[in-house]
Amino acid sequence: MAETNKTTTINFGPQHPAAHGVLRLILEMDGEVVNKADPHIGLLHRGTEKLIEHKTYAQAVPYFDRLDYVSPMCQEHAYALAVEQLIGCEVPKRAQYIRVLFSELTRILNHTMNIGTQAVDLGATTPLLWLFEEREKIMEFYERVSGSRMHSNYFRPGGVASDLPDGLLEDIAVFNDNFLTQLADVETLLNNNRVWKQRLVGVGVVSHKQAMDWGFSGPMLRGSGIEWDLRKSNPYEVYDEMEFDVPIGKNGDCYDRYLVRIEEMYQSVRIIEQCLNKIPKGEVKSLDSKITPPSRKDMKESMEAMIHHFKLYTEGYDVPAGEAYGMVEAPKGEFGVYLYSDGSNKPYRCRIKAPGFAHLQGLDFMTRGHLMADVVSVISSLDVVFGEIDR
Amino acid sequence: MEFSHIIDEFAKDNNLNLSPIEVKGGFVAYHTSHDTVLSLLKFVKEHKDLRFTVLTDLFAADFPSKAKRFEVVYSLLSLKLNKRLLFKIDLDENEPAPSATDIYSAACWYEREAFDMFGIDFENCPDMRRILTDYGFKGHPLRKDFPVTGHVQVKYDEALEKLVYEPVLLEQEFRNFDFSSPWQGPGEYKLPGDEKATK
Repeated sequence: MAETNKTTTINFGPQHPAAHGVLRLILEMDGEVVNKADPHIGLLHRGTEKLIEHKTYAQAVPYFDRLDYVSPMCQEHAYALAVEQLIGCEVPKRAQYIRVLFSELTRILNHTMNIGTQAVDLGATTPLLWLFEEREKIMEFYERVSGSRMHSNYFRPGGVASDLPDGLLEDIAVFNDNFLTQLADVETLLNNNRVWKQRLVGVGVVSHKQAMDWGFSGPMLRGSGIEWDLRKSNPYEVYDEMEFDVPIGKNGDCYDRYLVRIEEMYQSVRIIEQCLNKIPKGEVKSLDSKITPPSRKDMKESMEAMIHHFKLYTEGYDVPAGEAYGMVEAPKGEFGVYLYSDGSNKPYRCRIKAPGFAHLQGLDFMTRGHLMADVVSVISSLDVVFGEIDR
Repeated sequence: MEFSHIIDEFAKDNNLNLSPIEVKGGFVAYHTSHDTVLSLLKFVKEHKDLRFTVLTDLFAADFPSKAKRFEVVYSLLSLKLNKRLLFKIDLDENEPAPSATDIYSAACWYEREAFDMFGIDFENCPDMRRILTDYGFKGHPLRKDFPVTGHVQVKYDEALEKLVYEPVLLEQEFRNFDFSSPWQGPGEYKLPGDEKATK
């Protein structure tokens, strides 16, 4: 039997440190060479889309933190944009700046995680330790604005949950400066590292055409040399007032995608700096009291405000019937939320378009003909997180 | 929008069933039928002025009250025009949809997901397995008649030393709190005697 059938089938995961979560891969191997990779996903499927149909619009927000749990706020953002389109409400300028500021912090949060773990997968421990220290600082910022390190529930339809606490902007400015030196240190360790290049250059090459054909977005698309960034092409919030560049790769291999992510972090630092300088004073929630709860002060004094608050958090608000699509350039790519509203206080259907889903689908063609060890490089360069893929 | 006339003309020349609909979020959206959608997809992908080369999403929705229950949505993106296009088709419960995998490779997993979640069959899809639910799962969770609690639960049985599946046991009946109030503010109420006041 073994002599006639040359291929071996190997089960990779779902409990494998390099699988970045609960990925089960069935690898068809010809010796050390991968013939076919068949990802079995869904081990983390929690039925988010179904659950959201049973929750009011406000109650649905925390589910988005739990999708891609390394970049929570960006996903709340897409949902908030979709709901805001349906309601047609204006977001105050300060809230828009806060959203951009935290979207970019989230991008750093995500990319430090990705590059750190990729380095560990390929045998380097130091970048992880350095980058996780920075990550921890960003999570502290998360905690200071929302009370939670990861699952923040901070971007809400109509604005953000609460204003920034005193002193936060100054601390972010300090972080911003220090982060640049940390990132430069990581670059000195990795960029020209012999092992790092051996494992990444020319591995998992995605051509122009393939990147589009497989529906890639974000760094996966830019790594293949396609200049496409929703922050530039469809600017939302105040991205059109920001100055930043969109890095693109040349060869579409894992190494280019690594460089794209590194450069994106530098650009994020730039955007954060501009946000810190430009952020205006003012409201952080929409003035539309249909969706915005009354202030704490009003509630202490006014019975109507109290009732209003109670009604908003039990019944919620009715969203006009219609369909809308909110999308953001999440760190992993285009994250979108397609909402069907039937005019009630709950979404009729909420479709979540996760970038990682399309990327993981491409794993098969990217690893064909590569060695077993390269599968690990490709998986980590896809930047997969199973919260969003399995939903 | 500036490119929609190209699609309209194509539909007219080939007698395709196509009607525009409204979707927020910068989409040009059309309603079409399942036998024409593939030729439309192929056309908008290959036309030199359109180039809708990216299938960003493909998903379904369930409307049990409609004559044709399911709706399948194809969401396309043109990097050249920076425009988004949406095609919608309606399907009956046992009606298969055509598979778009020949046109967009990305369609495969999305179709698997629609099959898994709604039970929509895609003809000629190379890989029509379930994708997100458990091995051996029964039912299609995103259908409106599927309970949010599901039908089975899994636990580790100490005595048998293995995982066992059993019918879901709710300690308390599933409660669906519906707080929506029928009162929507002082709108237009018809009270007896109103007709006299209009004069």
